[in-house]
Amino acid sequence: MSARRPVTIPVRVEPGSDLPPTERSAVLESVNDNRSLQGALLPVLHGIQDRLGWVPPRAVPLVAFELNLSRAEVHGVLSFYHYFRQSQPGKQVIYLCRAEACQAVGAAELEAHAKQKLGVDFHGTSADGRFTLEPVYCLGNCACGPSLMVDKELHARVTPAQFDALVAK
Amino acid sequence: MSTTVYIPREATALALGAEAVARAIATEAARTGQDVRVVRNGSRGAFWLEPLIEVQTATGRVAYGPVRADDVAGLFAGGFLAGKTHALCQGPIESIPYLHKQERLTTGRLGVIDPLSLEDYRAHGGYAGLKAAVAMTSAAIVQAVTDSGLRGRGGAAFPTGIKWRTVLDTPGAQKYIVCNADEGDSGTYSDRLLMEGDPFCLIEGLTIAGLAVGATYGFIYLRCEYPHAHAALNAAIAAARAAGYLGANVAGSGRAFDLEVRLGAGAYICGEETSLLESLEGKRGQVRFKPPLPAIKGAFGCPTVVNNVITFASVPIVLQRGAAYYRDFGMGRSRGTLPIQLAGNIKRGGLVECAFGVTLRTLLHEYGGGTRSGRPIRAVQVGGPLGSYWPESKFDTPLDYEAFAQGGGMLGHGGIVVFDDTVDMAAQARYALEFCAIESCGKCTPCRIGSTRGVEVIDRLRAGDRPAMQEALLRDLCNTLTHGSLCALGGLTPLPVLSALEHFPEDFVKPVAAAAAGR
Repeated sequence: MSARRPVTIPVRVEPGSDLPPTERSAVLESVNDNRSLQGALLPVLHGIQDRLGWVPPRAVPLVAFELNLSRAEVHGVLSFYHYFRQSQPGKQVIYLCRAEACQAVGAAELEAHAKQKLGVDFHGTSADGRFTLEPVYCLGNCACGPSLMVDKELHARVTPAQFDALVAK
Repeated sequence: MSTTVYIPREATALALGAEAVARAIATEAARTGQDVRVVRNGSRGAFWLEPLIEVQTATGRVAYGPVRADDVAGLFAGGFLAGKTHALCQGPIESIPYLHKQERLTTGRLGVIDPLSLEDYRAHGGYAGLKAAVAMTSAAIVQAVTDSGLRGRGGAAFPTGIKWRTVLDTPGAQKYIVCNADEGDSGTYSDRLLMEGDPFCLIEGLTIAGLAVGATYGFIYLRCEYPHAHAALNAAIAAARAAGYLGANVAGSGRAFDLEVRLGAGAYICGEETSLLESLEGKRGQVRFKPPLPAIKGAFGCPTVVNNVITFASVPIVLQRGAAYYRDFGMGRSRGTLPIQLAGNIKRGGLVECAFGVTLRTLLHEYGGGTRSGRPIRAVQVGGPLGSYWPESKFDTPLDYEAFAQGGGMLGHGGIVVFDDTVDMAAQARYALEFCAIESCGKCTPCRIGSTRGVEVIDRLRAGDRPAMQEALLRDLCNTLTHGSLCALGGLTPLPVLSALEHFPEDFVKPVAAAAAGR
């Protein structure tokens, strides 16, 4: 009888085991809240972004594993929607409307001012890490523009001076 | 005895300081020892008066606006709790011409009731439509909606009854109702106002739709830019469920219907119905080929009614007052009323619900009062970012789906964006193509590639680089987009572009001196 050959047992890496604990728990909590829903992926991604402020790309394998989807499917959805962030934002996100109704009352000037004031282009975060500037296409405040939203708070008829006051707070 | 004060908790009113006003009123009432009951209502949609506060007096509700927090002490001192006059007093709310001239069939409860009080809702005719529907057969409900002449208010204006009939007649173990609340068109906010100010009305309309086609479950696909509407809908759904208006036995009918809200994630294209369904299923919001129609194979492969918020919210009154009542408003094949939204550079912006047939000029001047800047109106864009830009010469067009189509435009979701004479129409045309490039789902080539090429062509045109050639190229490209795109995003983007070129050609011509100097 020949000697038994040594067998290598492959170590299966648990998806998400490489995630920081806060990210891992955010993903698992969100999955557990939404798992029973039909078409759960968007609610799950919302849940993660609500908790962390963004959806770290390194969380994709764990989301995919938990929902029995491929990583490509999860990445495809994450990258399709403008609202989902794949990079960490500043402390607050400013959503500046650049749609027609706001253009008619000076949105382009406000946009130029905001970019200059924060020293960033759209999708950028100010050097002090306080604000990320994002474009948005309509906040539904079209009779009282220019409009912007800071986190979930809407501001109407925003002038450059009011913008300065808002970011000075 | 306590005095009731109404303070809107609607997004625009809040953005203009309604929360600070509410706090100031509570503080001042406590300081002066007066008993004030605050009701947080929706907005009536007269935005230039927001925050618009109403005080309940023996003779009716008296309006004050626009109120800022530092006006509150003065209002108390001036006796506003007794409805006394003040610089901000607008008189009895019903006397404001902007409001009393309207024909509010769908939005009649906005600003009137506490949006989250079922008792208030029922006291103002709420759930009378469902009560009537419960006593009818499915086919009879569909017939009533067909007879009312109601067409899809999201923009496509497809007859609602015919869509419902298709779903009713399609066999299926499971059917769905999907409400398109992805109100992405710039210049529109009627869906938001209704969801924030009268959420039970939408829920009632969805429930009636469920009974009409045999669907037991519904989804409201809501854009994530509307956090206040999200909160209002969730609270109202929970209240309706607790009261037996949703669940296994809807209003004692023995039939089931329940609902949930799903949030979108900032993709304009998800307002297109098949893209919305993909998104609802947890996928990229890419447009589907039709056929099959969603009515045959919609959400999760099941027969599905997909309609806009205002369409569903118009159904309760059709059932409550009868199809003929609704149909008797309007003109031609556009029956009933349309909640119109005045937006952009407009002095008195807001919601105006009128029967079809009212002209643009009436809306812009009688209701809107001209521009906010005080300059002449140069152009209006009706129907959102995919609507035509029209000059003053077209302002006598009546609001009617066919009249607008005949004039080379579209009525869409009823948003009117006003621009004064400082607007650069070539820049607006460029933006239309840029927006299409940003929001294209990427499925079909004309939209995905054509939009970007269009931006480049307009840039060359504006720079004066062989303009005749660029214009021919732009028209050719628009022809490809119109006829080769899979959905309305690519298909209608040429409307704003070509209408700007047709009506405002001077803006596309670079002044000769500047062109010669190579600037």
